[in-house]
Amino acid sequence: MRIKMFGAACAMALVGSAFAIPAQAQDSIFIPLLSYRTGPFAGSGIPIANGMNDYLSMLNERDGGIGGVKIAIEECETGYDTNKGLECYEKLKAKKPVVINPYSTGITLGLIPKAAVDKIPILSMAYGLSASADGNNFPWIFNPPATYWDGLSMILKYIGEKEGGIDKLKGKTIGYIFFEGGYGREPIPLLENLAKDFGFEIKLYPVTAQEMQNQSAQWLNVRRDRPAWMIMWGWGAMNPTAVKEAAKINFPMDKFVGVWWSGGEDDARPAGADAKGYLTLNMNGVGAQYPAIQDIMKHVVDKGKSQTAKDKVGENLYNRGVMNSVLMAEAVLNAQKITGRKAVTGEDVRRGFETLEISAARWKEIGLGDFAGPLKVTCANHNGHHAAYMQQWDGTKWVKASDWITPMTDKVQPLLTAASTEYVTKATGWPKRTEACDKAS
Amino acid sequence: MNILYRVFIDPFMQMGQAPDLLVQTLWEGLVAGVLYALIALGFVLIFKASGVFNFAQGIMVVFAALTLVGLHALLRKWGVSSGMVAAYLALAITIVVMFALAWCIERAILRPLVNQPDIILFMATFGLTYFLVGLGELVFGGEPKSMITEDLGLPRGAIEIKMLGGFVSLQKIDIAAAVIASVMVTSLALFFQKTRIGRALRAVADSHKAALSVGISLEQVWVVVWFAAGIVALTTGIMWGARSSVSFALEIVAFKALPVLVLGGLTSIPGAIVGGLIIGIGEKLGEFYWGPLLGSGIEAWFAYLIALIFLLVRPQGLFGERIIERI
Amino acid sequence: MFYREAGQYKTSYEADQATFPVLQDRIGMIVILAVAFVVVPLTMSSFVINSVLIPFLIFSLAAIGLNLLLGYAGQLSLGTGAFMGVGAYACYKLTTIFPDANIILLIIVSGFASAAIGTVFGLPSLRIKGFYLMVGTLAAQFFLSWCFIRIPWLYNNNVSGAIEVPTRAVFGIPVSGPNATPVTRYLIVLTIVVVMTWIASNLVRGRIGRMWMAVRDMDIAAELIGIRLPRTKLLAFAVSSFYCGVAGAMMVFLWLGAAEPDAFNINRSFLILFMIIIGGLGSLIGSFIGAAFIWGLPIMLKSVPETFGISIGSATLEHLQFMVVGALIIFFLIVEPHGLARLWQIAKQKLRVWPFPY
Repeated sequence: MRIKMFGAACAMALVGSAFAIPAQAQDSIFIPLLSYRTGPFAGSGIPIANGMNDYLSMLNERDGGIGGVKIAIEECETGYDTNKGLECYEKLKAKKPVVINPYSTGITLGLIPKAAVDKIPILSMAYGLSASADGNNFPWIFNPPATYWDGLSMILKYIGEKEGGIDKLKGKTIGYIFFEGGYGREPIPLLENLAKDFGFEIKLYPVTAQEMQNQSAQWLNVRRDRPAWMIMWGWGAMNPTAVKEAAKINFPMDKFVGVWWSGGEDDARPAGADAKGYLTLNMNGVGAQYPAIQDIMKHVVDKGKSQTAKDKVGENLYNRGVMNSVLMAEAVLNAQKITGRKAVTGEDVRRGFETLEISAARWKEIGLGDFAGPLKVTCANHNGHHAAYMQQWDGTKWVKASDWITPMTDKVQPLLTAASTEYVTKATGWPKRTEACDKAS
Repeated sequence: MNILYRVFIDPFMQMGQAPDLLVQTLWEGLVAGVLYALIALGFVLIFKASGVFNFAQGIMVVFAALTLVGLHALLRKWGVSSGMVAAYLALAITIVVMFALAWCIERAILRPLVNQPDIILFMATFGLTYFLVGLGELVFGGEPKSMITEDLGLPRGAIEIKMLGGFVSLQKIDIAAAVIASVMVTSLALFFQKTRIGRALRAVADSHKAALSVGISLEQVWVVVWFAAGIVALTTGIMWGARSSVSFALEIVAFKALPVLVLGGLTSIPGAIVGGLIIGIGEKLGEFYWGPLLGSGIEAWFAYLIALIFLLVRPQGLFGERIIERI
Repeated sequence: MFYREAGQYKTSYEADQATFPVLQDRIGMIVILAVAFVVVPLTMSSFVINSVLIPFLIFSLAAIGLNLLLGYAGQLSLGTGAFMGVGAYACYKLTTIFPDANIILLIIVSGFASAAIGTVFGLPSLRIKGFYLMVGTLAAQFFLSWCFIRIPWLYNNNVSGAIEVPTRAVFGIPVSGPNATPVTRYLIVLTIVVVMTWIASNLVRGRIGRMWMAVRDMDIAAELIGIRLPRTKLLAFAVSSFYCGVAGAMMVFLWLGAAEPDAFNINRSFLILFMIIIGGLGSLIGSFIGAAFIWGLPIMLKSVPETFGISIGSATLEHLQFMVVGALIIFFLIVEPHGLARLWQIAKQKLRVWPFPY
């Protein structure tokens, strides 16, 4: 009986502590990071979270924040679970964040309608809802530098180039292996359109969440269908398994192309030398040689203020996280310029994003010369449809394997407009854009 | 008509046209089946001896594999120069860890919960799952790790056999998995048939009370079966880890074991093996030949469908004890 | 002393059969309802309402649904998540087909779709029992999850593959969508849950509930005394799925605002199962306590370090939280295997005899 009393007392004590929300520090810019360091997708989530966190901490250490205002960083663990993500959002909302990174398509979809109401911009860097690239319908959502449809068209361009002209694709078969869910299904309409336009055949190989590590049947199908190329839209544990299985059926690895979320070091490393030749799209540089990353090393990692292991700094997904933070920092800087205020709000940062422009010179100034392509966001175009490049696994690390490839905007844009209009018509009562458009400063 | 043709005739035509692919599919099914059977074996051992439907078997697989890989990395860091030595040292320590885990589970969960309804014990293993997930991630971190295949002396690469106008490629690691699994099953069967503790275990499985009354120590038997399940989990972890990578996503393979388990009968070791093979081969054949009709990716529920069909005929599973109900 | 039933005489069958025959219970219920309907909306922050109370109520309803099936009728089901999904998708389709209909009505109606599907997947229960039945319901879980992804008609051929909730107003007040205030949504969820709980409590103490319990305790004996097993079991599946379906529809429309098929995966089913086992099988109040425990505990644990000013990394916190939740589940199972609802009964008994326990 006494144990029961003890249990009850514990429960009571916990109830008491639940409803306290701590006050926030004044005069700082609050940037929460929704990250996932736990759960089945942690392998991809940890390096991204580290990269995002470390770059912002570096700005705090080196420059005293952005424009002299400290950044208050808070991570909230989502475990890639939409419910937990929304809970994080509700909790963080009270502290007036200037921007939200959901880092999960499911969470992004849940937050899109809320953004305009709560006046907090959402940055879903190259994930989330492709249609939200339309700034006129989605003034609060930003998804630079490219959408999945852009990515797919770039991959096909690359394939066309390797085949000696995109018209050579006629009569060939292209396989598409994808994560069974919104993320992997999204590119299919475009793939079907392109197949019609260029006369190639497509074969679809879905991988459900339970079967991520058990893909032998899918790859047997690949072996039977003998596609000339394989395209992959994978995430988490699905990637390394797919690479291993591809090697197992002797699929030519240099004809196996993944999207930018299939290009982590941990995706190719388990297969090691067998994965040599495997290609993925990428939009950020790999390696720790960039001055800004060296600054992260000096100011954050070496001082033990990071959760990152030293040899992981500069890996692909880590640098992706850094890029994500650069976009936020630049948007905040822009907002400060436009408004002349230092402690900016979510509304200001939204304007900062709409005038975001990072030229090659600016990338260099940040200390990330040649790290990523020049990037520009406008009021109408919240994505920019920027180029990406192809990287290849050489057995131990990623190396750049192509020049920057631009997307086939003429094929992508009609789908995008249609999707955006459809979203808005289906969600009856979707607010018209009332936010004014700033001139780029 | 067209649909009937595609369901009943076309798949068999395909089998005839490309017999090498059929053999390959059967082989893949066989390997998957053996691995499912291994997980199911862990369930069966525990269910037989302690009546616990052990949901934590999935996480025990992950935990064992992580411990092995983590210890290996640690030993290398501490200056064990040979990878091989470090691997086997790590393996030995992991086995000790699994024993400690079994002992703790017996002490902290089984003993206080003795004689409770099945569903409560089932729930307790969920608590254990949560605990082990947290502990595993806290200690080893959530990043996926590569299995130390080479250091353990497991073979790599594939044997390609030219046959039937094509080729069949057998991964050496899969062959090793099949061999190790058979050895494991045989030795477990021998252990339970021939040794004193094995006989005690079968007595406990028949009736706790009767076993207690003849002086069998329930505690000892429980520790032994949970330890055995831990060893099975370790083996499963090594094999699955070698096929992809060691991460918490491996936990979901436990769901693949449920239909196997139920199909074979919850209490039967041969049932787990036959069930594993039926599910493994059935699901690969289904996915490969009939999956494209439904747009592929049917594996997730196809195994359950197979199990369900068998159960409708034999509600106690293929080898399960007959359920006799009396008023 | 505080909870003395002595002296409360019942003079009619009606009084004896009332939902709350004891005066103190009636007072307690009125107080709880008053707090829930009046005090909470006035005092609580939108975080608490949105992330704690609304999900708590929705999961309580789903837990009641599963409890009717497992706790009362004794049929083990792991398909709760999928049945919730059926409700959500049905509601989504209904809002598309009838854009002007009352959304609250549609949420209730979508429960029937779920009930129909639930009945179909309940058919194996006529032959299979116990842990073996789990396979039938898991088949439902995985098959339906697959359907949610594979049948584009269900999500109106959305490119994102997710369902997004449109703004719908009842009497001019937005109820779903981003413009609905947390308080409005909370009050609607609360009303539905209270009404459905009241229906469930009458169901389980009436003829149907007794039939279920007879089947649970021993189905062959139940059959011998003239209970028609197929009907009873299928009815349990239908009613249970109805509750889950309504909970699922509310989850998407009144809480999340958008949902991917992943929101209805196997983990959701397990979560609901935990709630009723921890709360107490065959107890409606247990469903609420269990939901509060399983949903509230992690949120509370997360705020503990903040309250005491300890800074822990978010990941470490999550790991520790997993360990603590796991340990507490085991702890509570050991101290009270009949669920937390039993603790409540013990407390009542103590109050009844206090201060002279002997």
